[in-house]
Amino acid sequence: MFEAILLTVITASTPLVVAALGELVAERSGVLNLGVEGMMIMGAVFAFAATRYTGSPYIGILAGIAGGALFSLLFGFLTLTLVANQVATGLALTILGLGLSGQIGESFVGQPGIKLQPIVIPLLSEIPFLGKVLFSQDLIFYLSIALIIGIHWFLFRSRAGLKLRAIGDNHGSAHALGIHVIRMRYLAVMFGGACAGLAGAQLSLVYTPQWVENMSAGRGWIALALVVFASWRPWRVLAGGYLFGTVTIGQLHAQAFGIGVPTQLLSALPYAATIVVLIIISHNRRTTLINTPASLGKPFVPDR
Amino acid sequence: MKKLIIALAASAALLGGLATGASAQDKTKVCFIYVGSKTDGGWTQAHDIGRQELQKALGEKIETPFLESVPEGPDAERAIERMARSGCALIFTTSFGFMDATIKVAEKFPDIKFEHATGFKAAPNVATYNSRFYEGRYIQGQIAAKMSKKGLAGYIASFPIPEVVMGINAFELGAKSINPDFKLKVVWANTWFDPGKEADAAKALIDQGVDILTQHTDTTAPMQVAAERGILAFGQASDMIAAGPKTQLTAIVDTWGAYYIKRTNALLDGTWKSEQIWDGLKDGILTMAPYTNMPDDVKAMAEETEAKIKSGELHPFTGPINKQDGSPWLAAGEKPEDGVLLGMNFYVEGVDDKLPQ
Repeated sequence: MFEAILLTVITASTPLVVAALGELVAERSGVLNLGVEGMMIMGAVFAFAATRYTGSPYIGILAGIAGGALFSLLFGFLTLTLVANQVATGLALTILGLGLSGQIGESFVGQPGIKLQPIVIPLLSEIPFLGKVLFSQDLIFYLSIALIIGIHWFLFRSRAGLKLRAIGDNHGSAHALGIHVIRMRYLAVMFGGACAGLAGAQLSLVYTPQWVENMSAGRGWIALALVVFASWRPWRVLAGGYLFGTVTIGQLHAQAFGIGVPTQLLSALPYAATIVVLIIISHNRRTTLINTPASLGKPFVPDR
Repeated sequence: MKKLIIALAASAALLGGLATGASAQDKTKVCFIYVGSKTDGGWTQAHDIGRQELQKALGEKIETPFLESVPEGPDAERAIERMARSGCALIFTTSFGFMDATIKVAEKFPDIKFEHATGFKAAPNVATYNSRFYEGRYIQGQIAAKMSKKGLAGYIASFPIPEVVMGINAFELGAKSINPDFKLKVVWANTWFDPGKEADAAKALIDQGVDILTQHTDTTAPMQVAAERGILAFGQASDMIAAGPKTQLTAIVDTWGAYYIKRTNALLDGTWKSEQIWDGLKDGILTMAPYTNMPDDVKAMAEETEAKIKSGELHPFTGPINKQDGSPWLAAGEKPEDGVLLGMNFYVEGVDDKLPQ
């Protein structure tokens, strides 16, 4: 039973974590992309379509990543090259993504999907309890863990990561030092799009292997909130995502178990828990300020 | 900024002009407001099929514009008002949560007719229409009691409104007519439409031991989870057999088309008036999807119950019925008034849940 709950929690939390990690990298470079929901749903529809035509969910994953990344390129072009307002463009990207994916996916509604099967890791999966939960998962879960380790290493241990953070903190100075601000931001935005697309692929290939319009149902917004919650640190994204997922699933089980707590209250619990933790971790204003990319959302026009 | 505002105002005026221009033509506009997407495979899709039948039946005489994915709450009022301003003569608002918004907009536009699905507030220009879904749920309960090995079913509910509570009670009463000890676990998803959350609720119920699943939410996600876990389930609002060919026992299928045609014809020949319509299986406003994945005797029982409900011989809510705490509600042979059913805010005996108040 506990194992079953954990498996459900992992499925529910993975898309949040993956999408939030991508947005974290984009925001670390100083770009605020509110279009996560739109990129996620584009990834979901691309992944479903490619899986349907090729029969392979792995090609579906690639298509989801490509779909999200390509869609984010539109955001990049508008905000980085044409220097449009990031908040407005991000919102537009979400609205466009929800509509466009509905158009693309119209013929897929009601069609049976193909589920991405778990990859059972030999030996490790035989560990009692942990093996079933952690080492008999699908590829996207493994990727989500690899992404956290990779991004943490990249941001805090690599030269390129240092440059990225420098751009996010002060793009003027970074530019003066000869760092290609726009080029790096393009890459960061596309990475964010690719991760959102991967999260979308998880929705239409693992979570609920089908295509329904609006199937992301606000998960992109939760991912956005998670980045702030995590104060732009990758491991905290993992903690936040799983806290949210655990409380969400836990309240459903509490209901099925027949605990006499009002369900409206239980439904609000994931959000309430997130806010409480946010207050606790942000009580130290200095560390919060240090982690917040100072140039976040500000337009950059290089002087010649 | 000022320029932008002027440009926006100008284009709004232009659009407004176009809209009134269009309504001056002789086509009558019959409009629809949907809570979900028209291809959700469930509730909204059933309404949209009804709209298409209406368009087909009346052809050139009418136009049937619609707005989909309109959230319940303040946004709904704006969406309905937008429809009203665009020259609609009759507006169907197809979700319970649009009730107050519909009434508010209807006050502002006394010449436009409104029809609100599943609500209980009416006005001279607002009719309500609903389907006796509980008749189908009673049949489902009977099937569940026959098919469940554990005598325990799971119910994915949306919001604690009378409509949903009534459905839960009807299901439990149907089940208890076969197996007096039958138990029902309820999980409130607090959403009509979120495939992920509906799937999570389904998994939670299955992990807690139910072997039959039924839902009062809009997507096929729970059916899909049931199929994956190898248990049986009932579809909701549309036939969901494609999501679970070996899983679906039957489904309550909403068939709104005939009603939409009837009411639009009434509007066209000037006989439309505000009514509160509550039709059932016998009127064809809901039908049962084919009884599948069950032995012949269970199928025969279900068909017999369906026939009895249609003929009026059987009313699912017929006493003796106790409330959840064991206190008596209906005496033997007693049937409730429709008003009592439409305001139902308590469980009957056997439901294993605490009703959110």
